Amino acid sequence: MQSLVIVAHGSHLNPESSAPTYDHADTIRATGAFDEVKTGFWKEEPHFREVLRTVEGDEIYVVPLFVSEGYFTEQVIPRELRLDGWDVAEWDSDGLSADQATLVAEDIDREVHYCGPVGTHRAMTDVIVRRAESVTGDPDVGDDFGLAVVGHGTERNENSAKAIEYHADRIAERDRFDEVRALYMDEDPEVDDLPEFFESDDVVLVPLFIADGYHTQEDIPEDVGLCEDYTEGYDVPTEVDGTRIWYAGAVGTEPLMADVVLERAADAGADLGAALDDVRETTRVATGD
Amino acid sequence: MSEPAEESADSGAAPEPPDIDLPSDAFDAVLDALSDHTPGDPLRFEGFSVAPDLRGDIDEDRYVLADGDRRTGLTEGELHEALAERAPAVTDWYAFERVVGEFGPRRAFLRWLEDADGATVATRYAALAEGIERAWGELRITATLTDRGERRYDVRHADDAGVSVDELDAHEDPLDARDLVRYDEQGRYRPLKTAPSLAGGWVFPELGPRDAYEAVETIYPATVANWHREREGELDVNHWRETMARQSGIYGVVKTWDRGEGYEHVNWVAEACCDDSQCLKRREWEYDDETDLDVDGGDGAFPCREPCSVVVSAARKWTRLESEQPRTYEFELTPSEKEQVEDIIDAVADGRIDEIREADTKEGANRYRTRFLRAKLFDGDGNLAGVPTEPDENDEE
Ligand code: SF4
Repeated sequence: MQSLVIVAHGSHLNPESSAPTYDHADTIRATGAFDEVKTGFWKEEPHFREVLRTVEGDEIYVVPLFVSEGYFTEQVIPRELRLDGWDVAEWDSDGLSADQATLVAEDIDREVHYCGPVGTHRAMTDVIVRRAESVTGDPDVGDDFGLAVVGHGTERNENSAKAIEYHADRIAERDRFDEVRALYMDEDPEVDDLPEFFESDDVVLVPLFIADGYHTQEDIPEDVGLCEDYTEGYDVPTEVDGTRIWYAGAVGTEPLMADVVLERAADAGADLGAALDDVRETTRVATGD
Repeated sequence: MSEPAEESADSGAAPEPPDIDLPSDAFDAVLDALSDHTPGDPLRFEGFSVAPDLRGDIDEDRYVLADGDRRTGLTEGELHEALAERAPAVTDWYAFERVVGEFGPRRAFLRWLEDADGATVATRYAALAEGIERAWGELRITATLTDRGERRYDVRHADDAGVSVDELDAHEDPLDARDLVRYDEQGRYRPLKTAPSLAGGWVFPELGPRDAYEAVETIYPATVANWHREREGELDVNHWRETMARQSGIYGVVKTWDRGEGYEHVNWVAEACCDDSQCLKRREWEYDDETDLDVDGGDGAFPCREPCSVVVSAARKWTRLESEQPRTYEFELTPSEKEQVEDIIDAVADGRIDEIREADTKEGANRYRTRFLRAKLFDGDGNLAGVPTEPDENDEE
């Protein structure tokens, strides 16, 4: 019996934080690729500590719905899931290449396949592009458009910047958008000065975050100048210093994210049948490279 | 000693089980199990057992039924007839062995709902026909039986007991429960799913066994899993000390709150957060494995095995706040004002402010009374009685 466990941060304060996790779980459940799809959280329930005991299967794939490798994927989740003998060296990662580690979870005394985070998977690049398509309503968006991929800088987490650059580079290589840039919230090049970094009149701004919350709904819109005060809201697009900014909100809410979760499990050996195709179809991905 | 189900009606005091038609899926499951059967290990039902009859020619499957007597050489048709007469026992086997399945927490919970490890099939079926009600946190779960021996579960808020399904918002998919638990009655987000603030007004009127378990585990995540471990004597409790010691990152600071000379602060945490008025889990964790807290753990049906994330987050705040040294401030309050301050603290702590009526000025925490107190006692900077929080000389002890 094959089980998928999606683990995510969740929130004590923001009721929307868990929404993408539930949505992607539902999309995957509908494919029937797993006998069960469970969700576990750091700040909600079931907690990381207790989610595995709700799992019935014996082929268990744990996929962290996090944007980068770092504190959560390397320390918190393995510790709380009680992965016996976990050492970050198991992933043998350069900060982007964590794939999976198979370890016994002491809580249930069964093996689990602990996967790398969704945010660093190559399929995530497609989700960022897809997000740009959704927010502009144009499946061919690219010509005369710039794309900004935004996240925390190295101050919070060195690998967060790596993930942003990785996807920005991959999208740039596709020659689809006129310009592609990685911007950061707490270091240069800073998202606050977005118009300075683009020549295009139109720029899609995609934050590499899993859920909408403080950063994507308050911080970034205000910093970029989409609004004075986030409570006033903003239009999409909003013109700032001569640049029309198409603000996409958290990329993690894009339905195609379910595909990346599946890719992670597949890389770790899950038997998915036609699920990957199903999800790409139902979430209508643009043709990738 | 249990009697065959169809005879128990004769025994006077025993409850009358309902008539059950043996559904073909249950009969097929029996045949299936018999075809996989290990010799010497008959398929056991309450009051009888069935095995393939392995003697003689094998041009047609034959069966043996033993219920004190032994009937051998039964054809499939005869077996069907015999099992149809014993439909309650057969459907009971089918429900638990084939529909519910082996997974420990689910099986134990669904058996507990109808006392399947204690009562006979006849007793349970009679009770299920009437409806067996169980409480789980704020839930009311009612188990019933169809005339095919299938369990159906009505899951709703206990406050909605007795309300007709038409008047409630009816759901079929247990995962819909995720949306039912997110906000309380007043639309406030519920970060702790076992807080006694579950809103009502909805019902899952006809869940099958697996979905009933799923709904309960969605409303109160992992409560069945932990309850099951506790019943098996395997609940892994992590006490306060070890849980705080495990924290890292921004929560790492919480371990500094334990200074080794007492656990009064943890009593206060438990009283603040884990009281039954705040959380329906029964707190099983203590200060450490040698030191129990002085606060009662509560009466909840399901256990709490370690301080939860809400408590750890709050503890982080308290760790900082409690590192401050007390100071002496001087205020002048009338006796009624002192009591009013106490009333306000009580009202907030007990979540009662919404109940205090606008014009009820007898209540210390009444809004007009409180606004009056503020108008009278606060200076322009919001300082109580004009006394600044930081003394002019900013020397810290
Ligand atoms: S730690 Fe306290 S508040 Fe948290 S779940 Fe346990 S009993 Fe409830």
